Amino acid sequence: MVSDVACRADSLIQAVSDTSALPSARRSGWWRGRTAVIGIPYLWLVAFFLLPFLIVLKISFSEMELVTFKDLLTVHEGVLQLALKYSNYVFLTQDDLYFATFVSSVKYAGLTTLLCLLIGYPFAYFMARARATVQPALLMLVMLPFWTSFLLRVYAWKGLLGEGGWISELLITLHVDELLLSAGLIPALGKFMNTPFSLNLGMVYSYLPFMVLPLYANLSKMDLRLLEAAADLGATPWVGFWRITVPLSKAGIIAGSMLVFIPCVGEYVIPELLGGPQTLMIGRVLWDEFFSNNDWPMAATVAIAMVLLILVPLALFNRYQDAAREASR
Amino acid sequence: MKSSNGTPFGAGFARIFGRGWLSAGYVFLYLPIFSLILYSFNESPVPNMWSGFSLKWYERLASDSEMLNGLWLSLKIAFFAATASLVLGTLAAFALVKYPVFRGRTLFNGMINAPLVMPDVIIGLSLLLMLVSIQRAIGSPDRGAMTIWMGHLLLGMAYATVVVQARLRDLNPALEEAAMDLGARPGQVFLLVTLPLIGQSLLSAWLLTFTLSFDDVVLSSFLSGPGSTTMPLVIFSRARLGLNPTVNAVATVIIAVVSIGVVIASWSIARAERQRARDIADAQRPEE
Repeated sequence: MVSDVACRADSLIQAVSDTSALPSARRSGWWRGRTAVIGIPYLWLVAFFLLPFLIVLKISFSEMELVTFKDLLTVHEGVLQLALKYSNYVFLTQDDLYFATFVSSVKYAGLTTLLCLLIGYPFAYFMARARATVQPALLMLVMLPFWTSFLLRVYAWKGLLGEGGWISELLITLHVDELLLSAGLIPALGKFMNTPFSLNLGMVYSYLPFMVLPLYANLSKMDLRLLEAAADLGATPWVGFWRITVPLSKAGIIAGSMLVFIPCVGEYVIPELLGGPQTLMIGRVLWDEFFSNNDWPMAATVAIAMVLLILVPLALFNRYQDAAREASR
Repeated sequence: MKSSNGTPFGAGFARIFGRGWLSAGYVFLYLPIFSLILYSFNESPVPNMWSGFSLKWYERLASDSEMLNGLWLSLKIAFFAATASLVLGTLAAFALVKYPVFRGRTLFNGMINAPLVMPDVIIGLSLLLMLVSIQRAIGSPDRGAMTIWMGHLLLGMAYATVVVQARLRDLNPALEEAAMDLGARPGQVFLLVTLPLIGQSLLSAWLLTFTLSFDDVVLSSFLSGPGSTTMPLVIFSRARLGLNPTVNAVATVIIAVVSIGVVIASWSIARAERQRARDIADAQRPEE
């Protein structure tokens, strides 16, 4: 960082003395600071993010031996041999349980994202339109649970939804359980824990701030004069909302949705604590393959399949995260 | 006047509906936390059965060496992970903000954004498989606090970059340039101008990455070895078995400490920002 500033000083002097020489001066004078500032984090990420991922890819193609996995490349009688095993992938596509798990993971994550959006959009909207003096406090109140342990907040739902828990009692009194039963989210009246319902509730609860924060950042920066202009031109408030506010918050909606959807697909802690054994989630399958079955290549294959599943959402996130950042400048 | 507050509803209805929605949302966010705290003072060991006020779970916690050892280890790992994340994250943020064009920037940006959303199980598994591969080749490192720290550093760096980057983007480059025009050496510019300007974002980035590390279960499960059981791992293994009042007691302590810390930090940050805004306004006021 220090050398970065040094380079800025350097180029400033150059710019003052001769503007036309700037590009070449930059190239010669800037490269050291540049190399350090870019190079150090870059190398770190390549070594600890990209490389491990390539290793997973490699292991997903290898075979399990008694204790550990086989090497892909072996030297056999002086000849280099490459043993690619597609068997894990073949197994993955042919096994019904894996397929069902992938489908249900996407389903749970999709439902969670939708619910977070339905709850979070109005929430962020009213936050952004609240009086300017109370907004910092409202924002801090959203951030505060986010700072306190995620694990403990998920654990708390075990109590709330368990027998005699506050929420459990409330839902029974309001007859919401009948509704949930007919929706197929709980197996019996009054039983909320270890069901798809408790899993989804836990995920919506945990990921709601991830939806609210980007939306709030987006909505609070909106130019309200646009709505006045629309009203002057005869648009009703509803039309103004749907045709101006919502389209303008597109980057926030997409960034928030991806911020919820992608981690939810691979979520492990919430299904483990709230989901019970019947709810199928891909993160848990990976975990079990690794820790219970000790089948590392299979775990690696599941990981690669999961990455393929979230690749498109990931690209979307990457794009709109930057768009949202640019917009909120 | 109806749409002057920017809502599509009549002003009165919007206010009531908006307040209702916000209140319901905050109740949803805070209810579990209150129930955790309340039941930590429950005398009965049976969950959801209130039988009277008691501090016995806190007494039990004070002699729970497994939990306390985990706490100490978690604090150490979180401290070092947050500090290292801040250094790497600040570098990365500088790279992204100050150099809009360089070779491989798209990949770099992608690698910064991906850990923010990538499921923890994938990051944990990939780091572990790499460690095992290295271990097979050169015989070290063993799994332990060090490897957990590395995992948390990867995650924390991404978050730190995002926080610092946001602040750096808003920074007026004229301030640094003015300091240089006035004869400050590059080191002085960084220490006296840039650092104070981005200081608050550095503090929030540090606190955020500390919390992330202190809270992590999944990466730690993959990367921990024998004897390196962090506090979340202890809590998780107990929570899996069912409700446990000592977990409630631990939760209450953590929530109290974190809430006080966050409130103090954001209050002092807000105060410093106001002060700075005043200073800037004063400096810009033309002299009479």
